[in-house]
Amino acid sequence: MDLSNLNPFSSSDHRETGHLKMDKPDTSRRLDEMQQGVISKSLNRPDGPLKVSGTARYAAEAEADDMATGVLVGAIIPKGRVVSIDEDAAMKMPGVLGVFHGKKLLRNPAQGTANQAPIQPDGEVSYMGQPVALVVAESFEQARDAAITLAITYEEDDDGVFDPKIAEKEKPDGKQIDQGDFDAAMRDAAATVDSRYTTPVQSSAPMEPHASVAQWNGDQLTLHGSYQMLNYNKNELADSLGIDVKNVRILAPYVGGGFGSKLGIAPEAVAAALAAKALERPVRVAMSRRTVFETTMRRSETSQRVQLAADKTGKLLGLAHHASVSNLPDEGFTEPVAAATHFLYGGGSRRFTYEVARLNRSCAGSVRAPGEAVGMLALESAMDELAHELDIDPIELRVRNMPEKHPESDIPYSARNFEDCLRQGAKRFGWADRRPVPASRREGDWWIGVGVAGAARSNILGESKALVTLNADGTALVETDMTDIGTGTYTILAQIAAEMLGLPLEKVTVSLGDSELPEGPGSGGSWGAQSSGSSVYLACEAIRTKVAKALGCAAEDLTLKDGIATGGNNRKPLADLLDGPIAQEGHIEPGATMENFDQAGYGAHFAEVAVNAITGETRVRRMLGVFAAGRILNAQTARSQCHGGMIWGIGGALHEELHHDTRDGHMVNGDLAEYHVPVNLDVPQLDVLFIHQRDDHANPIQAKGIGELGISGAGAAITNAIFNATGVRVRDYPATLDKILPYLPD
Amino acid sequence: MKPFTYERATAVADAGRSAAIPGAAIIAGGTNLLDLMKLQVETPDTLVDVTRLDMHAMEAVDDGFRIGALVTNSNLAADRTVRRDYEVLSRALLSGATGQLRNKATTGGNLLQRTRCNYFQDTNARCNKREPGSGCDAIEGLNRILAVLGTSDHCIATHPSDMAVAMQALDATVEVMAADGSSRNVALQDFHVLPGDTPHIETVLEAGDLITAVTLPKPVDGSFQTYRKARDRASYAFALISVAAVITIKDGRFDHVALAFGGLGPKPWRDPAIEDVLRGEEPSTALFGKAADVLLADARGYGHNDFKLPLACRMIASVLRDASES
Repeated sequence: MDLSNLNPFSSSDHRETGHLKMDKPDTSRRLDEMQQGVISKSLNRPDGPLKVSGTARYAAEAEADDMATGVLVGAIIPKGRVVSIDEDAAMKMPGVLGVFHGKKLLRNPAQGTANQAPIQPDGEVSYMGQPVALVVAESFEQARDAAITLAITYEEDDDGVFDPKIAEKEKPDGKQIDQGDFDAAMRDAAATVDSRYTTPVQSSAPMEPHASVAQWNGDQLTLHGSYQMLNYNKNELADSLGIDVKNVRILAPYVGGGFGSKLGIAPEAVAAALAAKALERPVRVAMSRRTVFETTMRRSETSQRVQLAADKTGKLLGLAHHASVSNLPDEGFTEPVAAATHFLYGGGSRRFTYEVARLNRSCAGSVRAPGEAVGMLALESAMDELAHELDIDPIELRVRNMPEKHPESDIPYSARNFEDCLRQGAKRFGWADRRPVPASRREGDWWIGVGVAGAARSNILGESKALVTLNADGTALVETDMTDIGTGTYTILAQIAAEMLGLPLEKVTVSLGDSELPEGPGSGGSWGAQSSGSSVYLACEAIRTKVAKALGCAAEDLTLKDGIATGGNNRKPLADLLDGPIAQEGHIEPGATMENFDQAGYGAHFAEVAVNAITGETRVRRMLGVFAAGRILNAQTARSQCHGGMIWGIGGALHEELHHDTRDGHMVNGDLAEYHVPVNLDVPQLDVLFIHQRDDHANPIQAKGIGELGISGAGAAITNAIFNATGVRVRDYPATLDKILPYLPD
Repeated sequence: MKPFTYERATAVADAGRSAAIPGAAIIAGGTNLLDLMKLQVETPDTLVDVTRLDMHAMEAVDDGFRIGALVTNSNLAADRTVRRDYEVLSRALLSGATGQLRNKATTGGNLLQRTRCNYFQDTNARCNKREPGSGCDAIEGLNRILAVLGTSDHCIATHPSDMAVAMQALDATVEVMAADGSSRNVALQDFHVLPGDTPHIETVLEAGDLITAVTLPKPVDGSFQTYRKARDRASYAFALISVAAVITIKDGRFDHVALAFGGLGPKPWRDPAIEDVLRGEEPSTALFGKAADVLLADARGYGHNDFKLPLACRMIASVLRDASES
């Protein structure tokens, strides 16, 4: 007899235990029943004033007595090994305390969720700039001087590989898909597109450079670090150092942007820990901007070929996406270029190929929306090309190709609203005024055009725990090792707890970024808000059950608002009701709904550009993003996330590119004057619209990821607008003026 | 950063004497020098801080407008006389750098900016400008931002200034005080030198020379003035190409013609031959093309920067057309 069917708590046992495995949709939408009225509101971040007043301490600002400072030394050969390091000469320089190298230093950061040490090459060099030593001195200036002048003897290999175009490629297993008869689809199609696109290397370039302060107390290591995922980072750090994770504590209460580059433990953390141990002093290592560009994760350059086969109505018969990317030898990460192509549009015959060049160039890893950020530049441009070919409106073409079920796995979708995003966006943007014939609108020296692109980003729920304590005085504390990398985690977790427990927002304190707190999901993959938020929600549900018992009513009948519990015929302030604090852990685990339903956030980008008829310079005049990402937890922080993604979309479309010299793989433009992220003047008024959505399959708070959705497809709306403005199709990102100039109309 | 001694100059004459000592460098705004010192591209033993010297004034003088060497880019751009009479200069200044940098950067220092060539800034690369005789990694490297005019087999760096391009079109003169206290005037046209086989020598300044002022001649009455700058992003980007123009039309023909270019050469580029071609002629598309041909007669692209030639043609034609229709 199967006893599980007799579970007395049935579907709502998580309201007792605080634990839920997401095996079936949660249609109760409990947050909508709550009374406090703070969820989804546009609310300022409580950490905002601390950040703008300089009182929020970032990693490098941690203070300790007797602190020494270290500077990483990068290799000046692209491939080979360190033969010797002239430590003696360095030690004679003023203030120098030690030169650290050897087998524990990291070659590059750990990949996201690696949970173990990345490669520790023991002096083997795989790329220019690879950290090969740490020089520690009393002052930063002394350490930097000694680091620059440190004499290192190398043995250089002459078989380095630097140019992805001519490098030999590996074809990773499990990523090559051939479904139906794609060649026949191309042959039989009324219209086809077969285009090649390239996207350049990018750096996350977070405002806060990567930094660690390491401090030992006996065998206990405390690391103030700028990291996104402490639950993994502590294991990666312990494994790198060869110590028990119990002896590692990482603190990251404030992180000044990560974008994927702080997912895994990085060279500066391990070097700082080793030096601090040896010197028996706290050691601070903060990367320079150049070191950030050289040694943290880059977004791989891509070369892509997109093939579309359609009948005369625009219905896709076949679709192919071929991707060529790169990484260092022995790195498992392959930029998942076609991530969104698998599920966004139909077309029965499908082909996907991947190849990876092994380059002596810095490590490639996850950078905001790995896959979609680059893949959708190609896919959404190709869709625009097909629309033009068939003389079908680009929005209509997309709507005609929205499949009923996942075109490869045949599973159903959870909430999508992709068509709503396109239609409502079209209305708001004034799409009807678009002139379909390219180069038909000119204002003075400027060609004007508009473009659209779809946005999509897979949704992922991660396992997460959080401890919530409701105190008798009507305050609450939320504790988890989750991080806030500028995204608004402090704010939305406080909102969820305040809403569920019926407390004014200011009565809720959120404590984050300490690896000794319950393990959250970490910030990455756009899963933070929904995963961490769900664990806070579940803890609160269990607390509510206890409060209901204390009040003598059923949990469903309990109302909590402004610190007062109401239920049955009773109404009591929490202070009268509770004898002491109620502490409860919430625990969410992903389950069957993630396997049985294709979950993603969707959206549509609209852009209007002006292309200078003389110079070919492109400026974005206005931009609209429309997004469907489940429940919006805080309209303001969500909108800011979308703004950030759209702004990076502008950079990716128009000017952002990290150059590597193909003669030796060295990074060429190593500062923010030459690596062109968008500046204020590049960014016009950005408009963001959210579609009302609840995704019951995603998690019990019906919210989905939003941090990466905003960049997905954004750049393609801009290059599509350039085509509409000028008739010039730029397929080689970024669309700098030299790529437009030769083809400008008269 | 290499350790260095800091000195604060209290008199103009002292500054020159201190700066004449080998290994000494003059610092004013420091917006370029300090960056290069951190990279150890520049490694002075001594910094002579001249910012307390009395060189902050802007004033009308008999033969024009005199700008003290310490006048900041922000103050110069905002000056009423400059905005009224030397519009091209104000526009050029405001197209450069950022508000924060312009608040610090000085007139004298701006003329002495070092190139943005990526290989110059990277001490692991070969660079004849940074380390004479070491070679040039830029010529066959990523040279998209580099020069197409006035280059040599030793160096293809560009001069990065916007301000100096406008001053070039305005026929500016640089006032220099030597270490011995003597003063001399150098036409801006003669101030910067071509790289040849000594790209580390960028100006005619000698050890101990201090720029004390820049003088602009009297404004050209009724002139059309503009500064066009093509760049990769809308602000905080160096010019791919810039054009400064001071032009008058008389009886339907070009009369006063001064054109200077940034982003094309190792110095703020001005070529009298183009102006000769234009002067006295009626504006026409053919004439504009001819002017561009003269400008680019000796131009040479290095691959990534080939686009600068057609871009220059288009920008010249556009500026001349606007001048003729003004």
